Amino acid sequence: VADRISRQDVAHVAALARLRLTDDELDRFTSQLGAVLDHAADVAALDTEGVPPTAHPLPLVNVLRDDTVVAGLDRAEVLAQAPAVEDGRFRVPRILGEAP
Amino acid sequence: MAATAEEIAEAVRSGARTAADVVDEHLSRIAEREGELHAFNLVLGDEARAAAARVDESVAAGRDPGPLAGVPVAVKDNLCTRGIPTTCSSRILEHWVPPYDATVVARLLGAGAVIVGKTNLDEFAMGSSTENSAFGPTRNPHDPMRVPGGSSGGSAAAVAAGFAPLALGSDTGGSIRQPAALCGVVGAKPTYGMVSRYGLIAFASSLDQVGPFAANVADTALLLEVIAGHDPADSTSIPGPSPRSGDLRGAVDEGVDGLRIGVVTELADGADADVSARLDEAVGALEAAGAKVDEASVPAAVHGLSAYYLLAPAEASSNLARYDGVRYGLRVDGPDVSEMNHLTRTAGFGNEVKRRIMLGTYALSAGYYDAYYGQAQRVRTLIIRDFDAAYASHDLLLSPTAPTTAFPLGAKTADPLTMYLSDVCTIPSNLAGHPAVSVPYGTGDDGLPVGVQVMAPALGEHAMFRAAGALERNRR
Amino acid sequence: MTAAATTVAGDAGPERPPERDDGWEMVVGLEVHCELATSTKLFCGCPNAFGDEPNTNVCPVCLGLPGSLPVLNRQAVELAMRVGTALQSEIRPSVFARKNYFYPDMPKDYQVSQYDEPLNAGGWLDLPDGTRIGVTRAHMEEDTGKTTHRHSVGAQSPGTSGRIHGADHSLVDYNRAGVPLVEIVSEPDIRSSEQAQAYVNELRAILVATGASDARMEEGSLRIDANVSVRRVGDTGFGTRAEIKNLNSVRSLRRAVEHERARQVALLEAGGKVVQETRHWNEAEGATSSMRSKEEAFDYRYFPEPDLVPLVPDREWVSAVAADLPALPSHRRAALAAKAGVAPADVALVVDQGLDRLVEAAIDAGADPRLALARAANEVAADITAGLALDPAAFTALLRMESERKVTATQAKQVLAALMADGGDPVEIAAALGFEALADDVLESAVESAIAAHPREWERLAGGDPKLTGFFVGKVMAATGGRADGRAVTAALRARLP
Ligand SMILES: [Mg+2]
Ligand SMILES: [Zn+2]
Repeated sequence: VADRISRQDVAHVAALARLRLTDDELDRFTSQLGAVLDHAADVAALDTEGVPPTAHPLPLVNVLRDDTVVAGLDRAEVLAQAPAVEDGRFRVPRILGEAP
Repeated sequence: MAATAEEIAEAVRSGARTAADVVDEHLSRIAEREGELHAFNLVLGDEARAAAARVDESVAAGRDPGPLAGVPVAVKDNLCTRGIPTTCSSRILEHWVPPYDATVVARLLGAGAVIVGKTNLDEFAMGSSTENSAFGPTRNPHDPMRVPGGSSGGSAAAVAAGFAPLALGSDTGGSIRQPAALCGVVGAKPTYGMVSRYGLIAFASSLDQVGPFAANVADTALLLEVIAGHDPADSTSIPGPSPRSGDLRGAVDEGVDGLRIGVVTELADGADADVSARLDEAVGALEAAGAKVDEASVPAAVHGLSAYYLLAPAEASSNLARYDGVRYGLRVDGPDVSEMNHLTRTAGFGNEVKRRIMLGTYALSAGYYDAYYGQAQRVRTLIIRDFDAAYASHDLLLSPTAPTTAFPLGAKTADPLTMYLSDVCTIPSNLAGHPAVSVPYGTGDDGLPVGVQVMAPALGEHAMFRAAGALERNRR
Repeated sequence: MTAAATTVAGDAGPERPPERDDGWEMVVGLEVHCELATSTKLFCGCPNAFGDEPNTNVCPVCLGLPGSLPVLNRQAVELAMRVGTALQSEIRPSVFARKNYFYPDMPKDYQVSQYDEPLNAGGWLDLPDGTRIGVTRAHMEEDTGKTTHRHSVGAQSPGTSGRIHGADHSLVDYNRAGVPLVEIVSEPDIRSSEQAQAYVNELRAILVATGASDARMEEGSLRIDANVSVRRVGDTGFGTRAEIKNLNSVRSLRRAVEHERARQVALLEAGGKVVQETRHWNEAEGATSSMRSKEEAFDYRYFPEPDLVPLVPDREWVSAVAADLPALPSHRRAALAAKAGVAPADVALVVDQGLDRLVEAAIDAGADPRLALARAANEVAADITAGLALDPAAFTALLRMESERKVTATQAKQVLAALMADGGDPVEIAAALGFEALADDVLESAVESAIAAHPREWERLAGGDPKLTGFFVGKVMAATGGRADGRAVTAALRARLP
């Protein structure tokens, strides 16, 4: 069985998904994800030339709402769920990079 | 035999029985066996008694509390309940209290139902055995050494154990129908868009659908009538009026005379022999009741599992990004925000959730999108086309719900792919957005329940419930 | 001249760039994010408001709470379609996608944005000088929340907000999260900082004229990123570009683009290479700096947003929006310029101030076009609120009085001020102010008296010193209490010259 996904690939997607893996986990996930992707090889190999993708099972379009204000949530209730709060805002540790 | 939801509602509405009495009866049943089964993440004893008292007050005041007056309902713990913790059986949401009700929850309450608890599930509905719950597995009431199926295993077990005559679940790849089959109850996945997803914590948005569990087909139809209908808060909700009250419930007793039903060979083939035998008997029963049954083919359905395990994780990887420790839920602090995100998510998610997030991230990532995600979307088109072709000559399709009966706890946890294969018969309906229902039909060699799946084209619930009712009446 | 040269030499960057002849040319494309002027956010009913208490305009949807779902705001779509129509874009079926990346100002850790199927595709915008700048696309997306960076006690300014670098922690307000944006991406057609400025000014005028946005940069409702590269004059290919962020004013844009041009030219001339990267403009330092903090790979993993359905504007809807669109600045400039017989650039200010209707009405009623433009661009524009309320008939009547020399220019301005302050009939105002036209014989005798009183000055004027004209006009004005028309006095003086 050719490697469908490498250890490096798994490390990369874990980083993209902000998950940290131990070396053992990296090994285990690499082989488990490889098995699933192996099973999906039949799909990857199918000839689908000219077949449009289905993103959604419903044929709906143009679902719109009116531009009318609706009451939102009470700030105290919202902030009560927050792990850390300061001055009516959500507090987070320092941010190292600018938004992309 | 416990009273049906329909009987309870009728008794409560007419004043023959109090909702308080009904709730007490169910709470005492829960007290007896919940310790053994762990169907619930949270039992809402006080809240249920208070809700029942309000129903009784309504009746006393001459008001009609609604079609589910005083009926206890168990609600899957991925449906938001205002002021009541909603955890998705995940550490990351363990202490989260939603500030709003899911639309289906609001509809339940509006119909006079009494919510008795939040049921256990595979974390974020990812799994087929309810063993992926961060709070421990649910056990099958028919054999506590076995799984109830999943991901709505808590809801299925709650109904099977008589904890509540009705339950709500969610079905992304079979998460209502497969546990219904394994627990010997009825479970339906409606047409995509028939029931609002607002307040259902997303797993895979284009596949998720809320649906009913009940001990019998009529109650299942009744509950679906209550929760179905357009919701302006869900852009993927089908517009237009709700199914007419009584339409689905009425279908249950209509019979199957003249219905053309096809057994999907591609889905029937892989089942265990005892499961196949029950399916054959179900075919015989339907024919005896007047249906015309033959074989049908949905060739692309064999690719359903693979397509699903690319599409659903892809959507999930994005849906679950918001659990970052900033606004709600778990936070594990770190020196900077990225580190905090990493630590929080690493501690907050279980292995199956991590696996699917990584699989989905990979399927969407640069260089792989076309080969995996894009290709899976095209296969989805092929499956829909094949279903359309099969429905050109059939009103309904039939298959086993699951290839096996309930398996022992731990039997499939080491090998995710084996676990995924439990959903092979149920996944195609999710990909197509079609309705399907699992109806108990006898038992396997091990004495455990077997389910038969009735599938219908989009909005074909009426015919689907006709066949489901006939199967239930003609069960040997 | 010297002032301009001094500015160029300054290392803070030139305010007004010189005509450079170093053989390099800048190539600039702009990405402008503009908040749409809706009542509510893009996907929920929370108010789209600036300056409210933090986290008071929030709901499950714009906080990204588990289970919440978006529903598209019809008005946001129509405003975006207006922008597209104004930019001559093709309005097309579009699909919202999710752009996935982690950042604490994004409640869902993905941004809903139109990716490969934008609502508005292609188009262009004509600058007042006639230059056409291509528009690649104008797509809809949701805004992020706002972060405030706090510095710990002991740092330079403890507890205050400031730059991200060196901050101890940050605070997030989600009031802005989910506000509808349209992102207008230009082609790399801009060749100078003046053009970049003109493009943004023109775009702002369009956004305001269409009612799509108030386009206030100071409130962040218009935000600009600039893609800058340089190439040798005559080259047709493109150099490697840098994307510059944090441009909070048109002035920053000009300075940053100039600075970046200079940086890249210096780099290339020294044998170096431009790196494709995002750079941050620091207004105080007048310089751009690389934003790469650490090697973090971004892979946005765009895919169709499954919680929304496609947006497919049919022909009827598109035409209805187009029919509703007011005349655009470029069309108004062209119309007024044609009517006044001047170049479009000469009417830009009048159109920009919305005074073109007033001027057109006056010209239609027979007023002198140049006089009408001059009075509108100066006196009327000086108090734009009153100017926009000015009665066109009264304005026209006054212009005619001035053309017919019934009042002098100075008097006309005074009458205009009175008209703008209190309204009324210009003839009556002029009379009330005593601005009766001076009878010819009175003017003639005033000129005679002035010449007689100042024989030496008259000799010099007669000897060919034109500076003395002003002297005599002043004398006659003083003698007539300012009622004389300067041009008439000049004519009378000239008639008496030998
Ligand atoms: Mg953007
Ligand atoms: Zn909101």
